[in-house]
Amino acid sequence: MSEPKPKQDEPIKRMLAPVRLEFTVSAGRDKTAFLGAIIEGRILGGRCPSCRKVYVPPRGCPTCGVEMVGDIPISDHGVVTTFCTVSIPFEGQTMKLPYVYASIVLDGADVPIFHLVDGIDAKDARMGLRVRADWRPPAERKPTMESIRAFVPTGEPDAAFDTYKEHL
Amino acid sequence: MATREIAVVSFAQTNSRRNELDETEMLLPVITEAVKRSGIARSDIGFTCSGSCDYLGGRPFSFVMVIDAIGAWPPIEESHVEMDGAFALYEAWVRLQHGDIDAALVYAFGKSSQGDLPDVMVTQLDPYYVAPLWPDSISLAALQARAMLDEKRCTELEMAEIAVRNRKSAKANPHAHLKGDHLAANLLGEPYAVAPLRRHDCPPITDGATAIVLAAGDLARKVCKRPAFIRGIDHRIEPHALGLRDLTRSPSTKLAGERAGVGKGKIDVAELHAPFTHQEVILRDALGLGAEVDVNPSGGALGANPMMVAGLNRIGEAAQRILDGKANRVLAHATSGPCLQQNLVCVLEAE
Ligand SMILES: [Zn+2]
Repeated sequence: MSEPKPKQDEPIKRMLAPVRLEFTVSAGRDKTAFLGAIIEGRILGGRCPSCRKVYVPPRGCPTCGVEMVGDIPISDHGVVTTFCTVSIPFEGQTMKLPYVYASIVLDGADVPIFHLVDGIDAKDARMGLRVRADWRPPAERKPTMESIRAFVPTGEPDAAFDTYKEHL
Repeated sequence: MATREIAVVSFAQTNSRRNELDETEMLLPVITEAVKRSGIARSDIGFTCSGSCDYLGGRPFSFVMVIDAIGAWPPIEESHVEMDGAFALYEAWVRLQHGDIDAALVYAFGKSSQGDLPDVMVTQLDPYYVAPLWPDSISLAALQARAMLDEKRCTELEMAEIAVRNRKSAKANPHAHLKGDHLAANLLGEPYAVAPLRRHDCPPITDGATAIVLAAGDLARKVCKRPAFIRGIDHRIEPHALGLRDLTRSPSTKLAGERAGVGKGKIDVAELHAPFTHQEVILRDALGLGAEVDVNPSGGALGANPMMVAGLNRIGEAAQRILDGKANRVLAHATSGPCLQQNLVCVLEAE
């Protein structure tokens, strides 16, 4: 990078001082367990020993400030609690517009995860829609949520509002 | 104005080493333990303050993610300093002076091992004149050590002896990272890391977290048999430009020590935050500590140096000696910035 040299008697308005630092960050104990299970096509949660809520992914309970053991198997089926429809293009966009990004409470969990909803017309997305994970083939799975391509409708009847209103 | 009596009533720290935990995972058991030992319910803690540095994790607002470790619901009153946790403890002490709350939680965390630490520390330097030259933290400490040797304030042998003493003391500290028996004469046979510093003159790169609970007078006496009362606490800073400072002296430590009342009585134990051996000489001198004072029985920052935590650990280690009945009057010192730029001194006493 080079800066044009300011003319004599001209105030210096800018200086370049590039900084580059590299970090190697470990995922931590809970995320290591969670992402390891994702590679195997499983979803792990953890139950807070204090308030009994099940968190996905497992983590320290943010309400109680206590550790939890992240070894509760969670279903890869769940319900859309809320969603948004993305209709405007942006840099780095990979999905075909419009598409649906949703908050999904998996069966057995108390907090939602966020993921894409596919296999449905964007205009048909709705609260209460029952969905399931569409896993990538085992060979393509990596320690990332992208190992689930998207969530797709199961075809079951919609969940009643009362069954998920606590999780909104 | 009279200050309100505030005491350290509990202290908990991680087993300092490099680990594969994330910051919240390091903190959770430590905060849980400190609160449990304090005998004070989480709901009775009126203020929480933390110290950490985003550059260590290489991401902004890293201190927000660890809020999970406190159990911040219903919403709590919370603050943060982008500094060592000792300075967060100072803020909590000031907050407790207001008189409307009686207990505060202070914590600090640092995963120093995630980046190239000496380079990461460059980000704390003057961004116009100094940081673009990229002087890493060890090189800056070496500059200070060279000034010390040139002024005959210490010798390389004395520096090695300080390393030997701290690493030997660290053997008695189950939380320490670098410990063992060495001979100063042998250490001098080692090559220089950044001359005149050898590896033994430098601190280890440690991941760690610490939590301390503070309580005001009556509450402290109710929950704790021997509270470590803060009888004086003060911090002072020196010019940002290194060239404006006499690197062989620490006038900020001297002044903070005077303001904290170090000289008002006999000091049994002093925990000095001296990550580099020659800095212990500077600090002892600034605080007027004689040979009779037990300095860094924990092994100090040469024994374990979790960044942003090691200063708070000095307060915790010093206070613990009062809590355990092993000392009556102790001194804790914490530093921040290059070459001991900013310094905090705290005097704690048993009743
Ligand atoms: Zn909970």
